[in-house]
Amino acid sequence: MGSTNSTLSKIPNAGDLMQETGFSPAHIVRLYDRYKALDKDKKGHLCPQDFGAIKELAMNPIKQVCQEVLDFPSFVRILAHFRPVDKNRPKDPNSPEHINSRSNKLKFIFQLYDQDKDGKISRQELLQVLRTMLEKQVTEEQLESIADRTIQEADLDRDDAISFDEFRKSMEKVNIEHKMSIRFLR
Amino acid sequence: MPLFRAPALAGCRVRSGAIAAALLAGFFLMPLGAASSPDMPIGHGDGEGAHRDHAPAHGGTNQSTHTKKAFPVLSFDYKAVENPFLILLWILLASLMKLGFHLIPRLSSIVPESCLLIVVGLLLGMLLKLIGQNPLLLSSRLFFFYLLPPIILDAGYFLPIRPFSENLGTILMFAVVGTLWNSFFIGGVLYGVCQIEGTNLSRVTLLPCLLFGAIISAVDPVAVLAVFEEIHINELLHILVFGESLLNDAVTVVLYHLFEEYAHVGQVTFIDVFLGIVCFLVVSLGGILVGAIYGLLAAFTSRFTSHIRVIEPLFVFVYSYMAYLSAEVFHLSGIMALIACGVVMRPYMEANISHKSHTTIKYFLKMLSSVSETLIFIFLGVSTVAGNHKWNWTFVTVTVIVCMVARVLGVIFLTYVINKFRIVKLTTKDQFIIAYGGLRGAIAFSLGYLLNTDHFPMRDMFLIAIITVIFFTVFVQGMTIRPLVDLLAVKKKQETKRSINEEIHTQFLDHLLTGIEDVCGHYGHHHWKDKLNRFNKKYVKKCLIAGDRAKEPQLIAFYHKMEMKQAIELVESGGGVKLPSAMPSTVSMQNIQPKKPPERVLPQISKGREEEIRKILRTNLQRTRQRLQSYNRHTLIADPYEDGFTELIMKRKKVIELEKKLKQMNNYLTVPAPPPDSPTITRARLSSDPQPWSAKPSADNVPAIKVDLASPQSPESGSPGREARKPVLQVTRETEEEEGLVMRPSSQEKPRKGPEDPESEKEQQRLLRCLSDPGPAASEEDEPFLP
Repeated sequence: MGSTNSTLSKIPNAGDLMQETGFSPAHIVRLYDRYKALDKDKKGHLCPQDFGAIKELAMNPIKQVCQEVLDFPSFVRILAHFRPVDKNRPKDPNSPEHINSRSNKLKFIFQLYDQDKDGKISRQELLQVLRTMLEKQVTEEQLESIADRTIQEADLDRDDAISFDEFRKSMEKVNIEHKMSIRFLR
Repeated sequence: MPLFRAPALAGCRVRSGAIAAALLAGFFLMPLGAASSPDMPIGHGDGEGAHRDHAPAHGGTNQSTHTKKAFPVLSFDYKAVENPFLILLWILLASLMKLGFHLIPRLSSIVPESCLLIVVGLLLGMLLKLIGQNPLLLSSRLFFFYLLPPIILDAGYFLPIRPFSENLGTILMFAVVGTLWNSFFIGGVLYGVCQIEGTNLSRVTLLPCLLFGAIISAVDPVAVLAVFEEIHINELLHILVFGESLLNDAVTVVLYHLFEEYAHVGQVTFIDVFLGIVCFLVVSLGGILVGAIYGLLAAFTSRFTSHIRVIEPLFVFVYSYMAYLSAEVFHLSGIMALIACGVVMRPYMEANISHKSHTTIKYFLKMLSSVSETLIFIFLGVSTVAGNHKWNWTFVTVTVIVCMVARVLGVIFLTYVINKFRIVKLTTKDQFIIAYGGLRGAIAFSLGYLLNTDHFPMRDMFLIAIITVIFFTVFVQGMTIRPLVDLLAVKKKQETKRSINEEIHTQFLDHLLTGIEDVCGHYGHHHWKDKLNRFNKKYVKKCLIAGDRAKEPQLIAFYHKMEMKQAIELVESGGGVKLPSAMPSTVSMQNIQPKKPPERVLPQISKGREEEIRKILRTNLQRTRQRLQSYNRHTLIADPYEDGFTELIMKRKKVIELEKKLKQMNNYLTVPAPPPDSPTITRARLSSDPQPWSAKPSADNVPAIKVDLASPQSPESGSPGREARKPVLQVTRETEEEEGLVMRPSSQEKPRKGPEDPESEKEQQRLLRCLSDPGPAASEEDEPFLP
């Protein structure tokens, strides 16, 4: 534990981070080590090239998250979304929701879809996501049909785009807390 | 399951069941009894003619003193067909019973089928005993070699892989640790009880008790299937209990052999225990390995079957059964071999075989397993009556109570441990269902029956206790579990399918999670799954899937199938209204006004389209295909299209007229009021989903994924009329309209003759593959090609 504490002190704002995300000190340290390992050129922050270096990520839509420069707190915050939901943590009614609450998880995914950050997933954005996922094996018109169908299903106010509420509604049957959790990050 | 030993075959004489025939035709009894030796003198001329004439009738030439016998016009020779006749009689009886149950209106909803069948067996057994013949006993050979494999194969082939692998840890815990706990607890307590003075049981030593505990502690897959299938419980619980019942076979095998071997020696040393553990690993992993090898062989064989489609189903059955038998040769776990075989071979088989073979396999498996299950329960009833009864109140009651207690304690303790590792915890309700669902069945009985009477003089007492436990679990627990499930409001199986949104987003999430795991540098669940899928795609599929289909995504075959199905549904619904996707927003979606005001009706595309989209997503994201959720043999949908053909043609004509009308409408296409689901439509929603679907208006529109195979390029905009007509499946450009959507074998040749362009030729061939079944006669193709 001694080493953890000393490393912990090296990490700026560790205490705030832990508070905000709910990670334990050991986790923060582990993530910090990983962060440093990814940061090949020792720049102090992560840029898209570092993520490109992880070859398994080649076909992965997560890449777009890493379009901008990431410092350590943002890195941790992103990963915090994937923590399993902790039912035992007392919920302080005044504090903002935990980062790994269901609604925040959904918001995270929504932001991945919504690249131009206008609060809606338009048909184009959806198409883009589908295109990355389906890897050229499907023709363009099929993609378009799928996109059309998806929007049709979810789009309640007929504006040809999916807002966050519609998105949330369409996912109400899916067990997000389970699906979007990595046990490792508990 | 352990190999039988020869002396135990005594009960296998089928001849004793001959008396069942007597029930049908009593007057046959006497000739059977009077069957005499073959070499009776000719010319005996008896009236009943029970004697077999070995010499030709006119062979009286040797003995001039005998008169020439008349040529027998009609003779009676039961002995020659006796064995097969009896077997078939039993099977027929079992099936008729099954039919009978479902005809009685309320019965099948109150009492599970298994109970009824056991009762029938009991009645039959008593009847046979009254007549004086020794009724057929459920011999272990019969059970383990003929009756059990179909059920297990059915379960293994249609095992839902995703929930199974997600919960594998939990299932293994229950199967291995739970069974061990159960056997030792039951064995120990019984031993303690036996030692008590006054019960007259002191001759039952520790090892037989432990053996008994091992036999009785295993949850039985047959019983679980029979009961759980009817209560439609949610997927998680179903797979937990069912998976446990399948996987505990290895444990049971090892324990059984271990205790049996050493029971007469009298003691078990540490070395034996250690060897037992090693044996367990060997038995389970070996069984899985054997099964996997046979599965790969089967998949490889199916790669070459494109010319002889008719024997494809055979390979599934033969290879699987051989896997089972091969595992039995080495005393490995046959059940695990069978399951591994089914699981391994399924994805590749499904890619290689024709749709008809696929249907055949599905139905055949279901049929076989259904018959087996029925027979098992009936025989169980019959055997109960047949055996010698050494009823011992103490032993039996203690057994029943201890079984329940052990199960409950085991589940509670294990869940407590498991919940530390699970993300989705098991609630108390879940635990109750798991504990309550631990039914014992015929496997326990057969194992008990196998015991050697010399080494185990108390075998009959054991048997009676086993039977009592089985009856108790099947009757009491089986009957009450349904009302309890309702009472406790346990989550039932989800009736509705997932929407496209859910599908896409879930797949997206999986990718996302894999990425996050990579970012964290943590090799978790998703990472390995992803790796396995990539490995599969890169190497294994190339070997095992025929020809060009290894490279192209499996999606295309599905896609065509879905398109066809959807095209038929189009015809059904009488709506040719389609907004082709190539026309982006001119005919915008706002024009589609649902006619039902109160609730928002999603402008529906047909189920087929949904299904297809789902499939596209799923297969392309390298997931295991879950093509069949026909997990439940009770809800297989009856084969549609038995009589829908003429309706199709008429509707098709209607559609043509409708389209002509539409052509005159300019740009605003309104959706006609969706007709209520005709039975044909409902029946058209077959194959993948056995659940009855709630009727949704089948107005279709929008995303028109072009069905037109002849010109795969999407038409850049044509007139609305042409677009509207497009979706109809046109295999050839010729007179398809009148023929409707039926693909007759003759039409298979046409595309070959005049391919419009090489692309369409390929498309045709893919299409043909879907349909290809150079079946017996062209006239057989009287129903559309739907899988």
